[in-house]
Amino acid sequence: MEESQVVESESVATGKQQQLSQAYWSLVWWKFKKNKLAIVGAIIIILFYTVCGVFAEFFSPYRLDYQSDYLEARPQPLVFKNPAGNFSLRPAVYGLDQELDLVQRTRTWVVNKERIYPLSLFVKGQPYKLLGLIPMDIHFFGVNTRKYPDGTVFIFGTDRLGRDLFSRILYGGRLSLLLGLIGQFCTLILGMVLGAISGYYGGMTDIIVQRLTEFVGAFPDIPLFMALAAAIPVDWSPILVYFMLTLILVFIRWGGLARQVRSLILSLREREYVLAAQSAGASDKRIIFRHLLPGTMSHVIVIATLMIPGMILSETALSWLGLGLRPPLTSWGVLLQEVSAVRIIRFAPWMLFPVPFIILAVLGFNMLGDGLRDALDPYGGR
Amino acid sequence: MLSYIARRILYMGIMIILVSFVAFLIIELPPGDYLTVKLQQLQARGDLSAQQRIADYRARYKLDQPVLVRYWNWITHFVQGDFGESFEFERPVKEIIGQRALMSAVLALASIAIVWCLAIPIGVYSATHQYSLGDQIVTTLSFLGLGMPGFLLALLVLFFAMMVLKVEVGGLFSREFTDAPWSWGKVVDLLKHLWIPALISSVTGTASLVRIMRGNLLETLGQPFVEAARARGLKGSKVTWKHAVRVAINPLVVILTTEALPSIVAGDALVATVLNLPTVGPLFVRALVSQDMYLAGTVLVFIVLMTMVGSLIGDLALAALDPRIRLE
Repeated sequence: MEESQVVESESVATGKQQQLSQAYWSLVWWKFKKNKLAIVGAIIIILFYTVCGVFAEFFSPYRLDYQSDYLEARPQPLVFKNPAGNFSLRPAVYGLDQELDLVQRTRTWVVNKERIYPLSLFVKGQPYKLLGLIPMDIHFFGVNTRKYPDGTVFIFGTDRLGRDLFSRILYGGRLSLLLGLIGQFCTLILGMVLGAISGYYGGMTDIIVQRLTEFVGAFPDIPLFMALAAAIPVDWSPILVYFMLTLILVFIRWGGLARQVRSLILSLREREYVLAAQSAGASDKRIIFRHLLPGTMSHVIVIATLMIPGMILSETALSWLGLGLRPPLTSWGVLLQEVSAVRIIRFAPWMLFPVPFIILAVLGFNMLGDGLRDALDPYGGR
Repeated sequence: MLSYIARRILYMGIMIILVSFVAFLIIELPPGDYLTVKLQQLQARGDLSAQQRIADYRARYKLDQPVLVRYWNWITHFVQGDFGESFEFERPVKEIIGQRALMSAVLALASIAIVWCLAIPIGVYSATHQYSLGDQIVTTLSFLGLGMPGFLLALLVLFFAMMVLKVEVGGLFSREFTDAPWSWGKVVDLLKHLWIPALISSVTGTASLVRIMRGNLLETLGQPFVEAARARGLKGSKVTWKHAVRVAINPLVVILTTEALPSIVAGDALVATVLNLPTVGPLFVRALVSQDMYLAGTVLVFIVLMTMVGSLIGDLALAALDPRIRLE
């Protein structure tokens, strides 16, 4: 930064500015790269959003609405064997046989180690539309049904209706993760605009916004979610419920962000460049959106990243209580609804498989956010 | 100072009125009300007096009047200590909550004790040994803890206990003690059951407190007075515990009061629901779902009240502990 003190012409000045901002982002990247935990977090998040968010249809072996005849089947264990029973690098699954459990008087599925179905990549399966547009029937993995007509692949088991849990977790992740993203985006907009207005104008506007955030903050989080979510009419369409729930989450969470943006704006608005913009005749709108808010961006990105897991967890908790999303929508919380009875944990414990996925996603966001916090402030060493 | 407290209390009063009104509205928001459902249930069961009883309720709580009248009726009774009646249990709210409040308080206090006993030493260790292997482990674990929501953890514990240990988890008492009067045996039984839910609900709190304590102490350790203490030749442990920790721990008082007081009322409702604990939390969830409005409203108001009282006490305690802070 210090190398060229003298600015000869305007072109040099802009060139230097470009170089400076490049230096900032390369510093950020350099610092981010050093943080192993943050890199792992970023990879987890990217994987989740590509596998669940964008290409769930491709990566899941079955369609969301496909109900097989295998009701509450236990997970088919993965083994490295060929159909003859010898070791092979290609993974395979055991077949399932139905058996009458005389003690519980129910039909259960047991693993039959005689039948072995090798898994293949890019198999033809149920048709779907990739990205909602391109018709396709290639799935990432599965059992080749032409060779093994009665082969199934339920690596996480099936639910009460015989639906493949692994596929459902991928599809469920789409709604849950998307809700986190959409909700956080709306929170960001609302929080930034209100925080900026409150910090920039001060006075009466500030007092009103401040009291409003305090008022919303005074309610305890989860109970308020529950009360508001309980108010969503039962007969609304699932999509409407989804957006309503997102709005509720936004409504409750914007306060914290607004407060942080406000305090940042309070210090930024005293800088000379704001005075310069004002004396040059820039409008308030221009000053807020062009000069002040970009300055808060790095801070806001960090807060936002760290807030997304809370969003996802709130959805999960609410849906699990039966107050959030409801079937036919599939989210991680909806999948967990099945586990609310102790009976399920005892007799179909594989229904708990969404839990590690949720925890992994939350962990990923936390690690990413923490890494961003350190990286976006590259000049302030720790 | 006194005028500050007076202003805060006045402000609290206004907030409570607003919050309770909004809470009342929110609980009323869902279409239909509990009594209509209840009437159908009772009639379906062939209860002949149902019509009359429901009508009595409606008259007593002025349920056919406009919202403002109903709210006024509720809040005036509330102030006098009559919290209304739970329609679902057909008993006064006070009685129902009273039964469970003790257990909620015991559970909350136990988990707070665990949080503080674990988090402070761990936080101090991780700050004084920054970037060491121990610190890395603590940091990673605290990330795990932060990402681990209580109710998911409770589900996993339930699963683990059932499938691996083959024991029943859940509830706060064994079967033979559930309805027994208090005795020494019952207390011991309670302690045997208490540690699992207390531990589960303290995970998130511990993780975040470790992070905060570590950050605060790191900041304090970099200050000149710590260096001065070291320069005078004091022992390392004395510098840490007597000079730095005492300063770094002060801001945590606010966390203690603002989080502990409301948690005494409802605690971790989700964990308690999973583990089927006889605390206020699950009752509250159920009341919200079934629109048992006086029960839900009462708990909500108490939570908000406790949050505000907690933050006031926290601010006062912080000012008392740290003379640099002035209240105005």
